[in-house]
Amino acid sequence: MYTASDLRKGLKIVIDNEPYIIIDFQFSKPGKGQALYKCKLKNMITGVIIDKTYRSIDTFQPADLEERKMQFLYKQDDQYCFMDMETYEQVFLTEDQVGDAKNFLIDNLEVEVLFFEGKPIGIELPNFVDIKVVKSEPWVKGDSVSSNTKPVVLETGYVIRVPTFIEEGEKIRVDTRTGEYVTRIKE
Amino acid sequence: MLQGLKNKKEIIRLRAEILHKIREFFRKRGFIEVETPFLLPYVIPESYIDAIKTEDGYLHTSPELCMKLLLASGYEKIFQICKCFRKGEKGKLHLPEFTMLEWYHVGIDYNGLMQECESLITFLCRELSGKEMLRYKAKEIDLSPPWQKLTVHEAFRRYASVSLDEAMDKGIFEEVIVSEIEPKLGIEKPVFLKDYPVSMAALSKIKDNYAERFELYICGLELANGYTELTDMKEMRERLKKENEKRKELKKEPYPMPDAFFLKVKQLPDCSGIALGIDRLIMLFCNEEDINNVVAITSEDLTYC
Repeated sequence: MYTASDLRKGLKIVIDNEPYIIIDFQFSKPGKGQALYKCKLKNMITGVIIDKTYRSIDTFQPADLEERKMQFLYKQDDQYCFMDMETYEQVFLTEDQVGDAKNFLIDNLEVEVLFFEGKPIGIELPNFVDIKVVKSEPWVKGDSVSSNTKPVVLETGYVIRVPTFIEEGEKIRVDTRTGEYVTRIKE
Repeated sequence: MLQGLKNKKEIIRLRAEILHKIREFFRKRGFIEVETPFLLPYVIPESYIDAIKTEDGYLHTSPELCMKLLLASGYEKIFQICKCFRKGEKGKLHLPEFTMLEWYHVGIDYNGLMQECESLITFLCRELSGKEMLRYKAKEIDLSPPWQKLTVHEAFRRYASVSLDEAMDKGIFEEVIVSEIEPKLGIEKPVFLKDYPVSMAALSKIKDNYAERFELYICGLELANGYTELTDMKEMRERLKKENEKRKELKKEPYPMPDAFFLKVKQLPDCSGIALGIDRLIMLFCNEEDINNVVAITSEDLTYC
């Protein structure tokens, strides 16, 4: 159990049976009055951000969260399947739970699957992922005003801007935090 | 690691200059600088202020009790600049160990004290910058006297979504003050928020239906808390007992009553007293929004590289 004085940025607590992470925290204490703990919290399942103000008598349940390294196997309909490489246990996540990570989720990629009270709720990608370009129009100089980059389609279906020298069938490295091109991968 | 400290050097130099000027101000006005013990066998019980307990007693949360002992034994104008310790107070405006300026003046009431406080800060500003204007959070604040005075009642009427009575009934006084009122206080000129509800008198004198207590705000920053002091020690003891009761209700440890103090002090002379947060004052003069940036070394500097 946490008390209000434990509250700080990054702490994960349970509110209405869902895990939240404190993304901003402010301690205030007017005059001789009681302390107020103002928190901005992000729901770790839905991503919804809420503001809450707590007092020193409030207590909090720590969120029972666990991260496990798992491999992405396949997608079927709305379900993404991941497997624990040691135990071979398989879990399924919905497209909503996978969120924007789906843009860079290639087959056999190792990701961190986040579990809340034993149930999978989301994934975290490695910071960099190498992905194949599956579609790129041949580049003609002077085609466009922004002549340094062009859009290409990745094997995940995601469209990204890359330098004009990248060709169909090549692999590129993408920063999954910004969703931007980093470099060309030579194989 | 020393990089951060190096950039602070200018602030710390200014801090030293301000401390020097504060002492000059009080010396010129005939005050005696006093030093009283930090380690006490008892603290003034307050519902929402927690003391740090040591093997040998408590670290003081303010020098109030000791300075009142001096007042009772004949000192008339005294000031002290010292470290105070409050458990669990940590944030952009709070340090668990902070520097307080506290002064007492026999023979004046809270109006006289507000004026003295105004003179001190205007003096500091003039000495440091040659003018009576202050720039904080991109706002220009005019320090030329007289400053504004606003009753708590009026502040609620003017700025809050609920009346003072409603806020007291619902127990949301602090929330309303922090989110709706404080940000509006002292933007163009400093403001003394005064005349608190009787239940929030702390150790101030109660007049009719309000307490002669004030807080100073400059650009939304709470800087000081002052009173016309309660002089009847019997009543003071009653109020402290009530605070201890409240602590028990809040499931906090009650503090030992300062009975030895009450044996020695039966009555205070008519006087006023004020506590002003030095670190926040430095923030104001250095245009800093984080209190951790105005002290040479924070507790983090000692724990992390």
